[in-house]
Amino acid sequence: MMKNVSFQLEELTCPSCVKKIETMVKGLKGVLEVKVLFNSSKVKVSYNETVIQDQEIGKNISALGYEVLGQK
Amino acid sequence: MGKKRKGQIVTISGSFICLALILRYAGLFLTFADGMMIVAAIIAGYPILKNALQALRFRILGIETLVSVAVIGAMFIEEYWEAAAVTFLFTLGSYLEARTLEKTRSSLKSLFDLAPKKATIIRDGVETEVSPDEVIQGEIVLVRPGEKIPVDGTILKGSASVNQAAITGESIPVSKRKDESVFSGTVIEVGYLEVVAEKVGEDTTFSRILEMVEEAQENKAPTQKFLERFAAYYTPAIIVLSILVYLVTKDLVLSLTLLVISCPGALVISAPVSIVAGIGNGARKGILIKGGDHLEKASKVDVVAFDKTGTLTVGKPEVTRIKSYHMQENELLKLTARAEIGSEHHLGRAVIEEAKKRFSDSLVMADEFSVYMGQGVRALVDGRELWIGNRKLLMENGINIPNDVEMDLQQEENNGQTAILVADSQGVQGVISIADVLREDAYELVSQLKKTGIKKIVMLTGDNQRTAAAVAGRLGIDDYYAELLPENKVLVLKGMQQSGYVVAMVGDGINDTPALATADIGIAMGGTGTDVAMETADIVLMSDRLDKLPYVLGLSRATVGNMMQNIYFAVIVVTVLLIGVLFKTVFLASGMLVHELSVLLVILNAIRLMKYKGIVLSVRGKMKATSVEC
Repeated sequence: MMKNVSFQLEELTCPSCVKKIETMVKGLKGVLEVKVLFNSSKVKVSYNETVIQDQEIGKNISALGYEVLGQK
Repeated sequence: MGKKRKGQIVTISGSFICLALILRYAGLFLTFADGMMIVAAIIAGYPILKNALQALRFRILGIETLVSVAVIGAMFIEEYWEAAAVTFLFTLGSYLEARTLEKTRSSLKSLFDLAPKKATIIRDGVETEVSPDEVIQGEIVLVRPGEKIPVDGTILKGSASVNQAAITGESIPVSKRKDESVFSGTVIEVGYLEVVAEKVGEDTTFSRILEMVEEAQENKAPTQKFLERFAAYYTPAIIVLSILVYLVTKDLVLSLTLLVISCPGALVISAPVSIVAGIGNGARKGILIKGGDHLEKASKVDVVAFDKTGTLTVGKPEVTRIKSYHMQENELLKLTARAEIGSEHHLGRAVIEEAKKRFSDSLVMADEFSVYMGQGVRALVDGRELWIGNRKLLMENGINIPNDVEMDLQQEENNGQTAILVADSQGVQGVISIADVLREDAYELVSQLKKTGIKKIVMLTGDNQRTAAAVAGRLGIDDYYAELLPENKVLVLKGMQQSGYVVAMVGDGINDTPALATADIGIAMGGTGTDVAMETADIVLMSDRLDKLPYVLGLSRATVGNMMQNIYFAVIVVTVLLIGVLFKTVFLASGMLVHELSVLLVILNAIRLMKYKGIVLSVRGKMKATSVEC
């Protein structure tokens, strides 16, 4: 089953962070689509529920050094 | 790393650096001073290194990696001062950038804060409070004074004065009563409403605006795309250059400095900050700009084309005169109104409204009814065949227009009235004049637009030549095209584009959709609730006010101007730094300082855009003159 989640991150300051997060999340197994919104500091992910959980995606983003403030 | 943590790190490592500097200049405890520098470098450097390693795990090379390499290199050759300064400046820079960037984005955040948080509904006969997302379509929502309306819906009971600023940007409240529509995010100032929920949660107009604004910010301007492509080549080129420099000079410090300093930070951020500030400024004023590319295009507009009805006029035509040749005036009106009952055309509606005003009994529908696009209607009323419409309709159906009728028509049209003919098999029976009031702010529009730098203002209308000429003359419009069908409007726009003009089309969005899509920039007015307008147009003016138009065109010019200042500035800084490094006049710490400063200046320049209030004189001249103020 495909699901969508949107993470609110701390203020993103460099456009290169966008690339970094995008590359990382895209590399996760079960992630189908990633969109990093630089200006609203959000990451929108569609993923396959049977392969990966939203908490895991969030954990990986935090591990990359970007605090996840909330998710929807 | 959170903003707060960054702030703490900056303070602690900064204090260590200060102490160390004092000791050094006093010439005391020199080893101790070095130790303090190392501590400072480690405190500020550790999070950077951690980030770099985390990114490396995913095989991503970021600026943190470059800085870490440079700092480790500096420690290695015992340049502790450099190591401490670089890590400190880097952290301070990103801390300040986050704070200032937050400001360029704050106008949008404040928009998000307007979202309703709770809804009071009647569920199972009991008053319950739920989150707005949990309201089910068709449920009745209660809204009290001072509360936000949590859904889009129709008023079932009550009346209120509602502040619709969240949607239209207008803070003057409007009064709403039974059967009228209200929008999520708007606030009741006085009164009480019971609203039947029609659109809930993500489907409300307000949520869709937020969603569109969010997407719009990411929609990149051509200049921005170019910059990103440039950066994609630039960074690897610098890496190669650094390696070459090392191979030639064997100078590790020099090549590391080159690597860190030439990062195009200010350049990459120069375009997006201006655009976000510009879009944010618009959003706060009820102007929805659908992205950077539209903003950039809007700044180049030199011709503005208007639809007449509903855009330059109020859009509520009224019958002003009925001239009947053979029968009673009221009889003619009743016949015409009955024939028009099925019509969606605004002129038809005006006739029906007038009939409703005059006759208390309800109108019986015509037996037969068909529409002739751009001409009028044919209907069968009580077995009597009626033709109602313009000259073309009558001529094409073989009905003669006598001279005295033609005189009447022309006289009405010269007064700016739209005159429609009513005929049956016996010939023309009457002429009904209909006029639409011009918007009050339409009179100043032309001069305001000219001040913004628009070269030509034209009007496109389905109305007849004389009416069009009268309206154009009254408003001072340069050119008009009359008697156009929707597809003709498209052709006129294409013609102007072919002669090299960048054309903006302004319409009310429903019948003008093809024209809005054809123009370089489609601007829809009064977008509240009309989906087609919001989807098709590049810019949506949520309120019905024409003065938002010169405002948004001025804003787009100011934004693009601001973006260009940022780009030129960033290019100059990077070039100067690069040359400085290669000629050994700029070192790691001082280079980092200049680099971070340039990024901050670019953001601060963009913040000025948020204060943009409209054109006073020439926007371009003004922006240039003040571009050095920060």
